[in-house]
Amino acid sequence: MKRKHEERRPLRTAYRVMSVAVFLTLITVLLLVVSWLAQFGGGENPAENEVYKRYVESGTSEGGAVNTVADMILDYRAFDTLGESNVLFTAACIVLILLRADKDPKDGRLLIPELQAEPLHGKKDSILRGTARILLPAGLLFGICIVLNGHLSAGGGFSGGAVIGAALILFAMAYGPEKLEKTLNRKTWSWLVWSALLVYTLLKTYSFYTGANGIESIIPLGEPGRILSGGMILPLNICVGIVVACTMYAFYALFSKGGIGSGGK
Amino acid sequence: MTVAVGLLLGLLVICALAVSIIKDPVAAVLVQLGFSTVMAVIWLILESPDLAVTEAAVGTGVTGVLFFFAFRRIGLIGGKGEKKE
Repeated sequence: MKRKHEERRPLRTAYRVMSVAVFLTLITVLLLVVSWLAQFGGGENPAENEVYKRYVESGTSEGGAVNTVADMILDYRAFDTLGESNVLFTAACIVLILLRADKDPKDGRLLIPELQAEPLHGKKDSILRGTARILLPAGLLFGICIVLNGHLSAGGGFSGGAVIGAALILFAMAYGPEKLEKTLNRKTWSWLVWSALLVYTLLKTYSFYTGANGIESIIPLGEPGRILSGGMILPLNICVGIVVACTMYAFYALFSKGGIGSGGK
Repeated sequence: MTVAVGLLLGLLVICALAVSIIKDPVAAVLVQLGFSTVMAVIWLILESPDLAVTEAAVGTGVTGVLFFFAFRRIGLIGGKGEKKE
């Protein structure tokens, strides 16, 4: 064992020297690239082009949302956002494949021993529960508010969904996932995510079809500033929010107990 | 304002260096959560509240929970040896 260690020593030194060299080279290259960037806010920057002007000037009249960021990500560049939602969904599927705890076919126990060794949620932690009692309603409402007001103020589907997902995780940690799974069990979860992605795809297919063929879309843009305005941005925001919240919770459930339970037995 | 931003940016660099230096994984994750909190404040100062909300929810909320559960899963924290109740 010791001889092996000594034999490897030159290799290890070379590895260290190499890693420092690679690190320094990378830093030099990155700093050089940064120094070549245009000055922040300069008038002749390449970022100062017609795309940016179009977004700022006619975003509200074309997309219907007061929040220009929402116009950009859900109207002008909705195809990218659809891809992002699918990436999240795929990541949840991969985590599901890698981390799912299978049950023993004979006695139904989980096959991963660490998970059944100590039930994490069995303890009634009064500090966590007290904090959750105060924070949960506010957090959930805040998340829903961010999603629904995505086209009017800062926020949108992704940030609101992340807040809702964090609130769901807090609920599951404080009161145990069994209570949450009475409402959000495995079946509901997959239906929610699946239908949200499908609705998103259908809505955007319609708008791509009408846009590419020059047909007038029948969905009214509404009066900018109202809650029911912005054309498709509000439903799209809700879809993205559902996908993000469900994915966040699924990550938590998979890591903590190997899967989303099926609810009542 | 610029002084505050400079201070926060310096804090970011310190946090980033500390995460790679600290040996204890739990402490490293806590410092990383601090990094995200500072980053959220910086996004707010840079007038992008969208990013600030997302950074606060994902960076300081969900990431920490996922890290700690991953540690627990691989037996770094909360194992039988540590807990004696």
